[in-house]
Amino acid sequence: MIPPLWMFLTVAAALFSIGAFGVLARKNAVAVLMSVELMLNAVNINLVAFWRFGETAPSVIGQSFAAFVLVIAAAEAAVGLAIIIAIYRTRQSVVVDDVDMLKW
Amino acid sequence: MIDVPSIADLNLTVTFPAVFLALFTMVVLIVDLFIPKDRKIRTAHLTLGGLVVAFVWNVLVFDSNQTALGGMYIADSFSGFINFIALTAAIITCFLSVDYLKRTGIEQGEFYSLLLFSTAGVMFMGAASDLIVVFIALEILSIPLYVMAAMRYRDAKSEESGLKYFILGAFASAFFLYGAALVYGATGTTSLPEIFASVEGIVATDSGARLYLVLGAALIFVGLGFKVAVVPFHMWTPDVYEGAPTPVTAFMSVAAKAGGFAALLRLMVIALPELTANIGDTIAIWQTTIAIVAAATMILGNFVAIVQTNVKRMLAYSSIAHAGYILMGVAAVGTIGVAEEATRAALIYMLAYTFTNLGAFAVVMALEKDDGSGTQIADFKGLSRSRPLLAVMMAFFMLSLTGVPTTAGFIGKFLLFGAALEAGLVLLTIIGVLTSVVSAYYYVRIIVNMYLEDGEGDPAEGATQYLNYATYAAFAGTLIIGLFPFLAVNLLDTMMIAGLF
Repeated sequence: MIPPLWMFLTVAAALFSIGAFGVLARKNAVAVLMSVELMLNAVNINLVAFWRFGETAPSVIGQSFAAFVLVIAAAEAAVGLAIIIAIYRTRQSVVVDDVDMLKW
Repeated sequence: MIDVPSIADLNLTVTFPAVFLALFTMVVLIVDLFIPKDRKIRTAHLTLGGLVVAFVWNVLVFDSNQTALGGMYIADSFSGFINFIALTAAIITCFLSVDYLKRTGIEQGEFYSLLLFSTAGVMFMGAASDLIVVFIALEILSIPLYVMAAMRYRDAKSEESGLKYFILGAFASAFFLYGAALVYGATGTTSLPEIFASVEGIVATDSGARLYLVLGAALIFVGLGFKVAVVPFHMWTPDVYEGAPTPVTAFMSVAAKAGGFAALLRLMVIALPELTANIGDTIAIWQTTIAIVAAATMILGNFVAIVQTNVKRMLAYSSIAHAGYILMGVAAVGTIGVAEEATRAALIYMLAYTFTNLGAFAVVMALEKDDGSGTQIADFKGLSRSRPLLAVMMAFFMLSLTGVPTTAGFIGKFLLFGAALEAGLVLLTIIGVLTSVVSAYYYVRIIVNMYLEDGEGDPAEGATQYLNYATYAAFAGTLIIGLFPFLAVNLLDTMMIAGLF
C-alpha cells in the first residue's frame, strides 16, 4: 500500500527545512553545499509525489522536471566545489566565517 | 500516450537567436583552445561576431508571436525586447572586458564563453513559457555568473564574492524550485498558459490545491526576488558587486536583473493574475505584497547608498533601489487594464537602466587600477580637469540614474510612475518620487567630486580604446532614449506588445 500524498509532502517539507537550516547555520562551506542539495532533493520528492498522485492523464512532466533538477543540481555542485577549492587554496580554510573580507 | 512532435511542430526558426547563441558558445569554447595565450583578443572578436549575428537575427524574428518547442518557448514582442536588452548588454560588456581582463591578469578565453552562456540564459528566461524552462534558463543565467564573479582567483575578494553569490544563488534556486513544485502539484501542469487556465477554478474553491498554489507563488517570488535583489533578499548584492571583476559586476547588474524581471513579469502577467482579486476578496493580495516589497527596496537601497564610500558598493545599492522601481511596474501589472502599459514601462526602464549603468561602470573601470583599487568616491576628485570628456559622460550617467529630464532614466521613471499612478498605487508612486530625490544626493556627490573638489585628477589609464567604444555606446544609448523616447516606445509598439495579452 502506498502512503497518502500528505506524508510525502511532509517528508519533503521537513527535508527542505533541514536543508534551509543547514545553509544558514553550518559553518563549513562543503556542509552548506550539501544542505543546498538536500533542499533540491526535497523538491524532487515533491515533484515525483505530485506526479504519482496527480489526476492528469498520463504525462511525464513531474518526472522529467525531477530529472532536470538532478542534472542541474550536479552542475551547480561542480561549480560550487570548484569555488570552494579555489578559496581553500588562498585561505587554507573552508569555514564560511573566515570568508569575511567584504562586510555584509 | 505522449505525443511525439515532429520537427516542424518544434518551430525552431523563431528560437534561433537564443539557440544560435547557445550553440555558438560551444564553438567559442572549442575555438578558444586553438588561440594562443597572447592573442585572446581574437576570442573577443569571435564572441562579438556571434552576438551581432544573434542581434540581427533577433530583429528579423522580432514580432513573430509564435510558440515553439511544443509551447515551452514563446517568441513574442516581450521576449524580443528582452533579447534586445540582453544582447545589447552582452555586446557592451564584451567591449568593456577586453582590456580590463588583460591588464588585471585574468585574460582567459573561457570568460567569453561564460558571458555568452549567461546571455543565452537571459534570452531563454524572457521566452520561457513553462516552469521547467524558466528554471533551466535561471540556472544557465546564474551558474556562469558564479564562475565569472570568482574569475580573479587568487584574489581573496573575488573568490569571496563568487562563494557568496553561489551559496545565496543556489539557496534562492531551491526556493524557486520548491514553489514551482507546489504550483505543479496544484495545477498538474508546468505550462504557464495552462496554469493560467486552471488558476481561476482553483482559487474559487477552498481546497488544498489553493494552499499549494498560493504558497508556491510566494516561494517563486522569493526565489526570483533573490535573483533581482529586492529587499529583504538583497544582502548578497553589495558584497558580490564589490568583489567581482568590474565588467562582471556591470553585466550582472543589468542582464541578470533583466532576466529575473522577465520571468517575474511573465509569471505575474500570464500565469497568476487570477491570484490578484479573488483570494483577498476585493484587495489584490499579491499586488499589495509586491508594492510593500517595492517600497522597502526603494527606501533601503537609496538610503544605504548614501553612506557608501566605494563606488562599486554605491552602485550596488543603487541597483537595489532600481530593482525597487522596476518592481513597482510589476506591482502595477496586477491592476486590470494597466498590465500592458506597466509591462511596457518596466521594459523601457530596463533598457534605459542597461545603457546608463553599463556606462557608469565603464567610467568606474577607467579609473580602476590593475590591482582593483581606485574605486573609491574620493578617486573621482578633479576628474573634470584630467579627463573632461569622461567626467561629462559620468555626470550624464549619474543624472540619468537620478532621473533628470533629457536623460534615459527620466523617460523610464516617467513611464513607470505614470503606470503606477494609473494602477491606483498612489502611495507607492509618492515613495518612488521621494526616494528619487534622495538618490540625487549620492549621485550628485560624484559630480561634485569631479567638478568642484580640488585634486590632481585621476589619469584614468584604464580608458583604453575598447573601453572608450563601450562608454560612447552607452552614452549614445542613454542620450538617444532621453531625447527621442518615442524611438524606444515605438520599437516596443511595433513589436505589438498587445500580442502578450
